[in-house]
Amino acid sequence: MILFEALYVAPPALTAQAPILVIAGPLIGACAAALSPGGRTAWMVSVLTAAFALWMAVAVAGEVAREGVIDYALGGFAPPMGIALRIDALGATMALLVASIGVMGALYSGHALESEVKAEKRTLFQSGYLLCLAGFLGLVFTGDAFNAFVFLEVSSIGTYALVAVGEARDRRALPAAFSYLIFGTVGATLYVLGVGFLYAATGTLNMVDMAMRLATLGDNSAVQAGLAFVVAGLGVKAAMFPLHGWLPGAYAGAPSLVSMFLAATATKAAIYLIIRFVFDVFPEGEFGEVFLSWILAPLAAAAVIICSVQAIFENEVRRILAFSSVAQVGFILLGVSLATPAGLSAGMFYLVAHALMKGALFMAVGAFAVSVRARTVEDFSGIAREAPWSAAAFGVGAASLAGVPLTMGFLAKWSLVSAALQAGEIWIVAVLAIGSLLTLIYVGRMLEVMFFRAPVRGAERAREAPVGVLAPLFVLAGLSLWFGVDATLPASMANASASALVGAAP
Amino acid sequence: MNVAVTHFNYLAAVVLMMIGLYVLFSTGNLIKRMIGLALFQTSTALFYISLGKVSGGTAAIRIYADSPEARALAAQLDPAYVQQFGVGGVVYSNPLPHVLILTAIVVGVATLSVGLSIAVRIREAYGTVEAGEIEAVARVDAAGAGRGP
Repeated sequence: MILFEALYVAPPALTAQAPILVIAGPLIGACAAALSPGGRTAWMVSVLTAAFALWMAVAVAGEVAREGVIDYALGGFAPPMGIALRIDALGATMALLVASIGVMGALYSGHALESEVKAEKRTLFQSGYLLCLAGFLGLVFTGDAFNAFVFLEVSSIGTYALVAVGEARDRRALPAAFSYLIFGTVGATLYVLGVGFLYAATGTLNMVDMAMRLATLGDNSAVQAGLAFVVAGLGVKAAMFPLHGWLPGAYAGAPSLVSMFLAATATKAAIYLIIRFVFDVFPEGEFGEVFLSWILAPLAAAAVIICSVQAIFENEVRRILAFSSVAQVGFILLGVSLATPAGLSAGMFYLVAHALMKGALFMAVGAFAVSVRARTVEDFSGIAREAPWSAAAFGVGAASLAGVPLTMGFLAKWSLVSAALQAGEIWIVAVLAIGSLLTLIYVGRMLEVMFFRAPVRGAERAREAPVGVLAPLFVLAGLSLWFGVDATLPASMANASASALVGAAP
Repeated sequence: MNVAVTHFNYLAAVVLMMIGLYVLFSTGNLIKRMIGLALFQTSTALFYISLGKVSGGTAAIRIYADSPEARALAAQLDPAYVQQFGVGGVVYSNPLPHVLILTAIVVGVATLSVGLSIAVRIREAYGTVEAGEIEAVARVDAAGAGRGP
């Protein structure tokens, strides 16, 4: 975060209100997009709004770097009575990630939607997209447990609709969106129930206040049940194994832009909230430790192994990437479950790395989809000869996913392994190694088909995607490479996030 | 048994929740699933409202001691109680859970409407709202041709 210390991007008066503007901007933009006369106008609204959110998020990050923690009382009602936004290094990092991906997605949507979303749906699509963005940004900023539920649902309701829009390309998007809605709502309801337990035990919804009161309560079964419900509910949204059943269908059916946005931000925001509850709200003690090392870690390990194997046996490229996402969530949670500063920092670093590489991969798939309707791995035969630039970006994302040196994925895996070694958890190192090998298998299969096979004879030929699609794709792929060489920025943000949680520099 | 009597409101919430969950996962009909989901969500409303209820408490509207409402209320209440807490010192129920659940209900309505509209679109695309039949069609879709038009 040190890099942001000297960054004054907005006038002081604006910076003071930046926390709420980050959320309110996209909300207002969503209304404006819904009212705009055509898809083109809506797209411009979307790009401008996302850029504004990113600008404000950078302003907030600067303030956080200078002051540590920002408390913003909404409407002037002081916490713990009013709803408060509370932003620390972790929240600022997440907001920067979400807003950056949001800008890239908005730029990308200019051309990418044309092949995947019906013309009359594009204005409302942009509106839903901005609603999701507002929801995720609110989720990472809020300091109020119930407010988090509201933002969780604002974003989720948006994503259900966005996934269903994918019917224009593949009608399986509809049942997938429906089952996503069922799973997601059950998850959100469990979260509300958990918050209810915590509220009953503490009488407050403010997370800081709640943490203080929980610390004096000691062992209390209502509190423990509350945490269990909260984590189970958020686990559904985060696609934590074995609650990930909705994810492959939703990612495979949704428009590429939506898959990209969900993979890079939706599950990450839910993981953020799990981390927030486990490390910040819930008091340190035996229950938390048992939860981390006997529930979270084994489930994460199972996700890494089982879902990687599922990805290997899957035949549709989007579904391979989706199963891979569940496995990668496992990698992130393995780092978190170590509960050491190094482990948390590695988990956060992995989270950013995965957002960038999976974003690039889904964007590249969308770039191919501009000209051909390719679905299975075989459909992508020799596509590197027909659309070399998109394929190159796909290759970079895939290399980062597999952990090839000089990519961000390599550094992310490296820091996870060293954190696990430092904590003396050899079995986690073994799981990481096996998971990486399995990743190499399914990534290698996709790359082999794309780069080294001849195109299927008689099949429709792919064309290179327009610049508007390639530019954001190259930014994400380029960042995966750049941070693989010079990781100062993401590493310092991950370290600052970890020390904001456990209070010690790794 | 004693617990079952004193906590029957929570028990009702749990029973309602389980009914909702059972409906949700036992039927293949998408509309019935939405009904189950609505039940499931509503049970948390009952849970929250129960939390906020204070025995003998009234709605959280400020009553001033010398107003006619306060005198009317004092006439209904136990005189010993009024003696202890004063005429205007009515016990209020906790209003916060009501506010929270109002928000949750709005969220629930939004989810329900999105879910039902997706069900309508499914009916248009597949001609059925039975999960089994949809899956059969989806399997055919999955086996469908590669690079199409």
